Amino acid sequence: MTKNRRTRVRVLALLVAAALAVAACGGAKVGASSSSPPAATGSAGSSAKPCGTVNIAVNPWVGYEADFAVVAYLLRTKLGCTVVQKNLTEQVSWQGFASGQVDVVLENWGHPELVAKYIKIATPVAEDFGQTGNKGIIGWYVPAWMATQYPDITDYKNLNKYANLFKTAESGGKGQLLDGDPSYVTNDVALVKNLNLNYKVVVGGSEATLIKSLETATTQKKPLLFYFYEPQWALANLKVARITLPPYTTGCDTNPAKVACDYPPYDLNKVVSVKFANSGSPAVQFIKNFNWTNDNQNQVAEYIANENMKDDAAAQKWVAANQSVWLPWLAGTGAS
Amino acid sequence: MAAVSPTDFRGRGLPAWQPKRWSWVVIIFAVWIFGYLVLQGHNALVDGQPSTAVQDWFTKLTASITANRNTNPLFVYGFNYIGNALDSLFPWIQSALTNIGWTGVTAVFGAVALAFGNWRVSILAVLGFLSFGVLGVWADAMDTLALTIAAVVLSVIVGLALGVWAGMSDRFSRIVTPVLDFMQILPSFAYLPLITLFFLIGPGSSIIATMIYAVPPVIRLTSAGIREVSETTVEAATSLGSTRAQRLRQVQLPMAKKTIVLGINQTMMAALSMVTICALIGAPGLGETVLAAVEKLNVGVAFNAGFAIVIMAIVLDRMTTAASERTEKARRSGSVAHAGRRRATLIGAVVVAAVACYEGANYVWANQFSDGAAHPISGPVNTLSNWVELHLYTVTSWISNTTTYRVINPLENLFEQSPWWLVIIAMVALSIVLAGARVAITTALCLGVIIWFGLWNSAMHTLASVLVGSLIVMVFGTALGVWAGRNRRLETMLRPLLDAGQVMPAFVFLPPCLGLFGVGTFTGIVAAVVYAMPAVVKVVIEGIHGVSPTTIEAAQSSGSSTWQIISKVQLPMARPQLLLAFNQGVIYVLAMVVVGGLVGSQGLGLAVVTGFAQSQLAGLGLAAGIAIVLLGVMLDRITQGAGKARRTSGAS
Repeated sequence: MTKNRRTRVRVLALLVAAALAVAACGGAKVGASSSSPPAATGSAGSSAKPCGTVNIAVNPWVGYEADFAVVAYLLRTKLGCTVVQKNLTEQVSWQGFASGQVDVVLENWGHPELVAKYIKIATPVAEDFGQTGNKGIIGWYVPAWMATQYPDITDYKNLNKYANLFKTAESGGKGQLLDGDPSYVTNDVALVKNLNLNYKVVVGGSEATLIKSLETATTQKKPLLFYFYEPQWALANLKVARITLPPYTTGCDTNPAKVACDYPPYDLNKVVSVKFANSGSPAVQFIKNFNWTNDNQNQVAEYIANENMKDDAAAQKWVAANQSVWLPWLAGTGAS
Repeated sequence: MAAVSPTDFRGRGLPAWQPKRWSWVVIIFAVWIFGYLVLQGHNALVDGQPSTAVQDWFTKLTASITANRNTNPLFVYGFNYIGNALDSLFPWIQSALTNIGWTGVTAVFGAVALAFGNWRVSILAVLGFLSFGVLGVWADAMDTLALTIAAVVLSVIVGLALGVWAGMSDRFSRIVTPVLDFMQILPSFAYLPLITLFFLIGPGSSIIATMIYAVPPVIRLTSAGIREVSETTVEAATSLGSTRAQRLRQVQLPMAKKTIVLGINQTMMAALSMVTICALIGAPGLGETVLAAVEKLNVGVAFNAGFAIVIMAIVLDRMTTAASERTEKARRSGSVAHAGRRRATLIGAVVVAAVACYEGANYVWANQFSDGAAHPISGPVNTLSNWVELHLYTVTSWISNTTTYRVINPLENLFEQSPWWLVIIAMVALSIVLAGARVAITTALCLGVIIWFGLWNSAMHTLASVLVGSLIVMVFGTALGVWAGRNRRLETMLRPLLDAGQVMPAFVFLPPCLGLFGVGTFTGIVAAVVYAMPAVVKVVIEGIHGVSPTTIEAAQSSGSSTWQIISKVQLPMARPQLLLAFNQGVIYVLAMVVVGGLVGSQGLGLAVVTGFAQSQLAGLGLAAGIAIVLLGVMLDRITQGAGKARRTSGAS
């Protein structure tokens, strides 16, 4: 009998302690914001029209992530939208237009084949929403120290002379041209063949591989010839020199097998699904208005990559200091 | 090892020269190399030869699936349903975890650990969960936990049912065992793109991919547990008049409980490691944190999140192991000691958990971990990593270049530049010598299909890298395993590292590997070696422990030196485990081939990554994934066959 009473006393004591703890541990109350999943918050906005859900594809390079960080932050805080992030490669993102999984692609690099497949058809599933303001440049580069040491290396006609420098264990006796993520726009295999260069394209596999190789090449003074692009945050700290290929002329890259010219300058544009464009959500006008410079993007990208800030924190920091840039994006959305 | 008795030799003399199995292997290789030197370049297939017809057909198939996903009844009433159901399961669990806040989750898991285990495990669980907050990854950890819980619950439901069936029915067991074998050699990265084809990207497809990987252990162990129940006990129950259902419920399942809980433990570990890999197909959580950090070359943040994954694995592992030990103790003793005190502690824990949940649901401080220092260990790790890269670069790049030029490239040339028929003949001959005629047929079939796919060159590249990787893993793994097997203290220190190595997502090591070894096949091999090492070392340690101490004592007392004991007693007697370790090493190395494709290792891995990235090459990716699986099946059969002891001559 005593054992039971002891147990009962213990339990009672515990309950009393619990009640006291509950009473003592007050604090800020948790509202609706605490119970929603991280990627989609629905915090109260302003007097804007109801926004709903926006599915934004995020392609695997840091510059794109910078675009997304700022756009998502403003959509959530100013327009009260629920933003869903979809980490997809370029091709898969466009596929998502048809299935409804993707509403917006924030940064499109040309892709005439995707335009032909999804926009220029009888019933388009996607439409061009204007330029982002970023100028995209793809090309072949060497680390700056090579241009200093071998001044004539930047002319493509001299590349064969230096092929030995770029030989690696992967390139089978030829010079190595390092490419990045296999999903990136590239004509490098055709270029090497059609310009009669004694080089082999080695696919690095990701943007990280390219940047890491550039880092190693710069610090350890190793030769490197590689595919690279702007806008690109890594170029803030690592200096490169561009190789001059035969200049781009309209139509010189229509046949992918016969390409023998440089990459065109890209006016990066936004592409949205037709369904989204017709939805009447205020987010539509916002995306249409979204427009900024390479420097803007590089700055946010640098916060994310170099300073390890999370997307939201990086966006917040940039937004706080650049109201003149983003305020016009809210025109016509009903928010302020 | 087969026992050889004098009667085996009755009526036969030993033949004058009986070549051992391994000398046949040497002969085959010698002939192959000779043929290569003579016929180099002839009939050496390039990717796309003889034709890309199969790849094109696959591309058309994926295009039609994508187009008809919302109209084809198979999808509308089948796959889409499942996909959507699972997609909505995840946010449900996720919001449950987020609603009760960190206080609630920590307290609940502490209480569960106490209820199913003991107080030590409970404290470990509480500390483990608190560490997620300290490491600054609480929200991501909850996502991973939600995915793991969803996958484990579903796997256990499916697995228990199938396991019981397999335990009761011999015929079903015979059907299901090869399927389970196949599921376990399936290289995880290879089938991820296929899953997204059917179920799109997101938590749903991640749960399915995880289940494929995690269901086999629980099925196997449930079946084994039921079969292990002593026949006499079952007979006794039957003689008392129990029906089959009663027997199952009252006798077999309770007695198999320990093994079944062990199966759940294995499933949980498998699920956790797979859930982080699924970050590649959009699974939220710690895996995604790691992947995003690797993309930005931030080793520190990646390691920080990886460390949290390891802690979660340790906590879940100890919780389920303690649960299995408790069920065994309870069953044996028939009653629980100190029943009253235990009940009080449990009630106390439940009360604490309830209070914590209430706090977590209503107060911000209890709900979200304050964002103190985000990723606190990332700074030191980054500094260390940068230092290592800067100072060891000369050495490591020398190792990388020398190994690539001297070992990898020549071996690759041997495989890629030999006439294809020569390679097939050599591989078939090797299979016959090592594993028997049936395996030889499998080998021929697998290689034939690879040629039909038009992926011969990539497949040969991959095969060569896998062999090099497996050999490196075996050499270092055996050395480490023998050392740890003989030295208990080293083993105790090594075990947590090995466990961590098996759970830490492979991508964490990619940035420093890239910095140290450059872009290329060698880096891919290093990543694969790191991934495979824990499994190999564990099996070797098992093998060394399995050698009877009396034998070792006998050898010692007859004056053998340490080296003699290792080479003449322990290694030969552990041979079955060594061959099993090699088998495991090959499978693990092959599984990492796709990750190698992300760091410049050409071959099938890169083809899978490319196919996933470009829709017009989707067929290439699919074909490459299947080719990886075929290589896995072929290598598994050959190495397993080599492991089976020969009965006739006892020759090695």
